[in-house]
Amino acid sequence: MILGTRFGEYGGCFVPETLIPALEELEEAYRTIVPDPSFQKELSGYLTEFAGRETPLTLCRNISQDLGCRVYLKREDLLHSGAHKLNNALGQALLAKYMGKKRLIAETGAGQHGVATAIAGAVTGLPVDVYMGDVDIERQAPNVARMKLFGARVIPASSGTRTLKDAVNEALRDWTGNVRDTHYLIGSVVGPHPFPSLVRDFQRVIGTETRVQVLEREGRLPDAIVACVGGGSNAIGMFHPFLDDDVALYGVEAGGEGEGGRTGATLCKGSPGTLHGAYSYLLQDNYGQVAESHSVSAGLDYPGVGPEHSMLRDSSRVTYSSVTDREALDACLYLSRREGILPALESSHAVAYARNLAMSLDRDQVMVISLSGRGDKDLATVMEYAGVQV
Amino acid sequence: MTSGEERIACAFGAGKKPLVIAFTVAGDPDVPTSLAIMREMTAAGADIIELGLPWSDPVADGPVIQRADLRALSGGMNTDRLFDLVRRFRSEQEIPVILLTYANPVLRRGVDRFYLEAADAGIDGVVIADVPFEETAPFSAAARSSGIAQIAMVSPMTPPERISRIVSAGRGFIYLVAALGVTGVRQGTDPAAIDLLAAVKARTTLPVAPGFGISSPEQVREWEAAGADAVIVGSAIVQVIETRHGDPEGVVCGVGELIRALKHGCPDNAGTGLQGPSHGTPAW
Ligand SMILES: Cc1ncc(COP(=O)(O)O)c(C=O)c1O
Repeated sequence: MILGTRFGEYGGCFVPETLIPALEELEEAYRTIVPDPSFQKELSGYLTEFAGRETPLTLCRNISQDLGCRVYLKREDLLHSGAHKLNNALGQALLAKYMGKKRLIAETGAGQHGVATAIAGAVTGLPVDVYMGDVDIERQAPNVARMKLFGARVIPASSGTRTLKDAVNEALRDWTGNVRDTHYLIGSVVGPHPFPSLVRDFQRVIGTETRVQVLEREGRLPDAIVACVGGGSNAIGMFHPFLDDDVALYGVEAGGEGEGGRTGATLCKGSPGTLHGAYSYLLQDNYGQVAESHSVSAGLDYPGVGPEHSMLRDSSRVTYSSVTDREALDACLYLSRREGILPALESSHAVAYARNLAMSLDRDQVMVISLSGRGDKDLATVMEYAGVQV
Repeated sequence: MTSGEERIACAFGAGKKPLVIAFTVAGDPDVPTSLAIMREMTAAGADIIELGLPWSDPVADGPVIQRADLRALSGGMNTDRLFDLVRRFRSEQEIPVILLTYANPVLRRGVDRFYLEAADAGIDGVVIADVPFEETAPFSAAARSSGIAQIAMVSPMTPPERISRIVSAGRGFIYLVAALGVTGVRQGTDPAAIDLLAAVKARTTLPVAPGFGISSPEQVREWEAAGADAVIVGSAIVQVIETRHGDPEGVVCGVGELIRALKHGCPDNAGTGLQGPSHGTPAW
């Protein structure tokens, strides 16, 4: 590798030898192809006229009044496909094409990244295989149908916990056997170097747009920014352009069942270790066996987290906390009723945290919530929780 | 006390090539059967035992070894119990034992502590499937100071100049990944892997042992002809253990038969169940 592979002590390349040359090739592409003006021009063409960037920054009048501060939503839910995942999927699919790869594989939890990759594959003409845990195939059925419509094959991951963690394992195994012509389009800022940097750079558009939009509207930077953290891609994409500014940053993990129960709060409850190619915080037992995570939201149901977040946690530049399944579901209903916006259960975690955080903010202080995706995929879960008959 | 590195070197010096390195997952299906399997491997002529410390997320492994890891973990296998198993085995046997695992169980225990305890238990070499050359420094340093051989892997994707770097840091022997992809039984031998063996041997005086996909006497003969110093047999053995699950004596017999067939190149003996273990029923 030519670039540094670590964020502080975190990150690295903990993968079998077979994958190292592919990671070196990808790093080379990251250094030379990604910054190239013709690549950037083509990508920004896809992002604007195909995906619908830039996404709006919405001032929420009702909840601003409720919460006693100025609340903006960065509307990644309005991006084509319904979540921020498409920023990264289009970036990597185009990169794979420039690299001469013939096939894309991906893992997915909530199905949003699978859908984004299926779309990116359709539009760039690359065949797509998506690994998805059995359990998630069941709870995110609408997204499974969408992936298939876009021409992707959905391969059930039936090993281990049968959720996102094992979907990543299966994708890595596939890649190890087909590494010459396949690109592994990883869906978050996790995995071995250079994925955490590559995915962050494709998601930074969230933060750079937000910065310009807030400055335009408020004439100053926000006081606080809140984003949910699964692997951490919407959060790092939002936070990164603000790291050197006087802006408080809050990452919200899946607290699952709450104190003493099952959880997906890796940074809050975990300890450092290696999973999926990187050294980072991890839910694990005393012998280093990876623990099973739990969250009502499939996209946050992951026992690992991106290595850059681990560094930001240790340095306290970002404050990480968690909200429970129940708080997230309540926040989902709250935003739907008060603003007519149905957030994904993942993004609902950020909304739930923001409701509490607002208590410490004044009326004229500005808070931005990363609304990473829309909640149509979660309708069944949310309706059941709300006791609404359809 | 003999260091692990020396014990491995002795095995390569004394044994008839190719040596057979026999793999099993510690605690699959349980500790007493593992011990019996290790004894039977030794009696059947295996030259080195490779013991897997199971991990929850074995990304370098195919379904057969994944299931074995799960069986062992759900039976309560862990790092302490693995060291106890090796200590018990070492008190009666001299055959080299190498450990195969992933980075996290080692990191969790503390790298230095892991290697010291491993050496104390009688482990001679360590292979870590997800620690490539880039990440090996702390593991190799701890191995060196505890007399354990840190075994390096070379794959069909590894370019020539990288092979040179890897083998110069390797100890004990070089593990040649003989197929692209994860562990699992494969038919035949990839000619590219035979070429890779030559490329590796041209760059090191260490013994070279291909693994991944080797299960038949015919494959062993191909590797012998190509000049391999050893062959590593994993999934084929684990498959025997899985197939005869619930019948500990059958498991032990089956493993012994497979190793004898591979060792003596007689395909007809493989898996026929006609040949019992050479030293009677294992004591557990
Ligand atoms: C809408 C939405 N938000 C957030 C996430 C979590 O991923 P990340 O933490 O990488 O943004 C997902 C993952 O599936 C998602 O679908």
